[in-house]
Amino acid sequence: MTDTAVPTAHAFDAGHAAHHHDADHKPGFFARWFMSTNHKDIGTLYLIFAIVAGIIGGVISGMMRMELAAPGIQYLEAWSGESGDAALHFWNVLITAHGLIMVFFMVMPAMIGGFGNWFVPIMIGAPDMAFPRMNNISFWLLVPAFALLLGSTFVGGAGTGWTVYAPLSTYGEPGPAVDMAILSLHLAGASSILGAINFITTIFNMRAPGMTIHKMPLFVWSVLVTAFLLLLALPVLAAAITMLLTDRNFGTTFYDPAGGGDPVLYQHLFWFFGHPEVYIMILPGFGIVSQIIATFSRKPVFGYLGMAYAMVAIGVVGFVVWAHHMFTTGMSVNTKMYFTAATMVIAVPTGIKIFSWIATMWGGSLTFKVPMLWAIGFIFMFTVGGVTGVVLANGGVDDIMHDSYYVVAHFHYVLSLGAVFSLFAGFYYWFSKMWGRNYNEFLGQVHFWLFFIGVNVLFFPMHFLGLDSMPRRIPDYTDAHTYYNHIATMGYGIMAISMLVFFVNVFWSLFAGRKAEANPWGEGATTLEWTLSSPPPFHQFETLPVIDDRGHH
Amino acid sequence: MRKTGLKSLLLAAGLALASTSGNAQEAAPADTAASAATAAAPDAAAANATAPAAAATPAAPALVQPDPEWGQPIPKGIALPEQVSPNGKTALWFHDAILMPIIVVISLFVLALLVWVVVRYRRSAHPVPSKTTHNTFIEVVWTVIPVLILVIIAVPSIGLLSAQYKPAPADALTIKAIGNQWYWTYQYPDNGEFEITANMLKEKDEVQPGTRFRTDLDGPRLLAVDNRIVVPVGRPIRLITTSNDVIHSWALPAAWVKMDAVPGRLNEVTFQIDRPGVYFGQCSELCGARHAYMPIAVEAVSDAQFNQWVLSKGGTLGGPEPSAPAPTEPDAANTLNASAEATPAPADNVAAPAANTTSQAATANPAGAGNVE
Repeated sequence: MTDTAVPTAHAFDAGHAAHHHDADHKPGFFARWFMSTNHKDIGTLYLIFAIVAGIIGGVISGMMRMELAAPGIQYLEAWSGESGDAALHFWNVLITAHGLIMVFFMVMPAMIGGFGNWFVPIMIGAPDMAFPRMNNISFWLLVPAFALLLGSTFVGGAGTGWTVYAPLSTYGEPGPAVDMAILSLHLAGASSILGAINFITTIFNMRAPGMTIHKMPLFVWSVLVTAFLLLLALPVLAAAITMLLTDRNFGTTFYDPAGGGDPVLYQHLFWFFGHPEVYIMILPGFGIVSQIIATFSRKPVFGYLGMAYAMVAIGVVGFVVWAHHMFTTGMSVNTKMYFTAATMVIAVPTGIKIFSWIATMWGGSLTFKVPMLWAIGFIFMFTVGGVTGVVLANGGVDDIMHDSYYVVAHFHYVLSLGAVFSLFAGFYYWFSKMWGRNYNEFLGQVHFWLFFIGVNVLFFPMHFLGLDSMPRRIPDYTDAHTYYNHIATMGYGIMAISMLVFFVNVFWSLFAGRKAEANPWGEGATTLEWTLSSPPPFHQFETLPVIDDRGHH
Repeated sequence: MRKTGLKSLLLAAGLALASTSGNAQEAAPADTAASAATAAAPDAAAANATAPAAAATPAAPALVQPDPEWGQPIPKGIALPEQVSPNGKTALWFHDAILMPIIVVISLFVLALLVWVVVRYRRSAHPVPSKTTHNTFIEVVWTVIPVLILVIIAVPSIGLLSAQYKPAPADALTIKAIGNQWYWTYQYPDNGEFEITANMLKEKDEVQPGTRFRTDLDGPRLLAVDNRIVVPVGRPIRLITTSNDVIHSWALPAAWVKMDAVPGRLNEVTFQIDRPGVYFGQCSELCGARHAYMPIAVEAVSDAQFNQWVLSKGGTLGGPEPSAPAPTEPDAANTLNASAEATPAPADNVAAPAANTTSQAATANPAGAGNVE
């Protein structure tokens, strides 16, 4: 920390006062939003991008639920303008687009690019990210990436599933669509790698004086672990999909047995990235929930070190469990036993986190503002998604559940009810800080309860469908599965209504919301962002804050 | 020449009957066990009579009527299917008696804790928060107890895996399942390498008039195939899966089997079916446009019926049961054999040995092998 400014006793207050003359000088519109080097503006861009992508991905899931509301093919031919196999292929385009958009263009940009950019520098008392211009290119790489993915649907569409398994993605899908989807992943991956380098550098080098590693807020810890996962996992994906490209276009046979290649090799490489990826999506959510639970319990996080190192443990173990996604590929018994055991180990640090959140609330003084509702909802829904994960971890049991709707239910409970709950929690928690106006508490509560009921009606019956042997990724199902598919579609409708409430709340609050004070949450909110005005000055902490021993983690 | 002539005759008769069956199928009640019992006898006799004449291509046993309670998804079902194999029974017990109670209890426990803190520690009930942030004992407890629970899960889980991977015994029947976009072909290497092609049967309103469509005798919509594979009840089956194009996955939930069919690889899985009946599954790896339309249907019958079926497909009776083709009367309770219903089957079965594949030509199934839309 020798390169940071020497702190003085009143440096923090002095810095705060100084913002008003030159720190708030904002560049013009184009320079500010298209050539930004400001972490808060880039975070805002990421959030807007994620919301747009989320709307597109959510509309696609609505189309899928409509098609699945009743047995038979109802809408695919009308939507695709094709008939026969081309219309059925359109279904595969929908599932592929939904998965890729939600993973790469909604959850990741919102979690890491959005909230990470906005609050990691502030929480560690830094003026900005370490590499502000690289931060900008990280965001702007996402735009062509998303354009490539959306554009691929106009040249036939990639119908490979988000996993892009060879050989369906090599000789199984001619045409430019899959190439465009692969290049889209390349760009999104490059964006994430640059972002990860930026976060690691920022967190290691730009913490304010006194902000030791073990005093960092848990959200910063979560982004740090996530950044390492991104840095180590994404190059493997890049390699895997590059070999897909050369197999498709340049006659290599990495994944083609006719030339000595192996389709299962692709799956190993993909899931070596893909499993850390699921923790990349959920770890920042863990961090957000930790901040919120502490704030609304008016109590520091219970077992701070255990919480931080549980995330590190999840990150490390997350790299050695990938083949549990491949239990039916015909692996040897010893391999299957290993991946069964290793996968179950992850339940231990995850359990530590669940119980530590409850212990944080235990003995606290709880208020149930909207962010807290989402956070408590997250804890329970993530538990439900987690325990079905323990079931699926058993290789011998997975033989019947693999690629069934049970798996769909499982990962939507940890993502759509886990990661997305934490995103909404963070969005409401920091709404007033980011935009300077308070959201409407009543509409926020209505949004939470409708969304909570909707997604449970939507996803819980999928457990039943999976146990009753409904495979995933099918546009039509045998008539026995009608009942719960119909209920699931009604659940989607409830969820969609709640999203209307959300957008009404957002727009109403942005334009007519009550002006926000610096800290609307009271004494429980102890991290540095609550010491700044709402919204924070364009450049904060020009004089670094000093973190004293009483600290706040 | 005489042999070929007879075959053509039978084929023509089968086609004629099949083409009229569109009308007859509606008239015939779906499950009339009584008429089945009476109708089965003449058919079996006919099979006996034609078998020697057609030189070892006897008619196959009639289609077994699927039981809506077994081997297929159950409307509003919320549980795993009843299992018909020993490993499946073990696995089902493991899921139902160990995993399910544990995850339900854990979820309810977490829910109860949440409800308790929400009620007990809300601000109006508990205005002054404590400042407790550490308790080593409780942190050790909630680390060690989950480990113990996982050990309780892991021991039977590992045992289940080793049981599932026990190699097939020497007398196991080998069946090779080959995935294709979008149908399955099967080979019986122990029985003369004959091959079966199984395409999904379309609904009546989706096919040309006169071509074969799905009836309730065949099975549920999207699950019924034109040519089921037949296996002997109670005999271990060594299933080998592979693929001709992209990755597929051969799944039979009632026997707890799912094995990917990967091009360039031979995957092996052992199972057996201990209960006669018809069992359905679906391709379980995304394989392109018609991924939803390549079902799996397995008929488990007695050894004698299996042998009869093998012979009717032009196979040989290798393996450990050198019994003569002795078609017995099919179990009346499981068999629906009203003559109109059964006509498509003989048409298939006679045509099958002629080309050593099945009956796409005979059925003119639009979803047939190599049929490009």
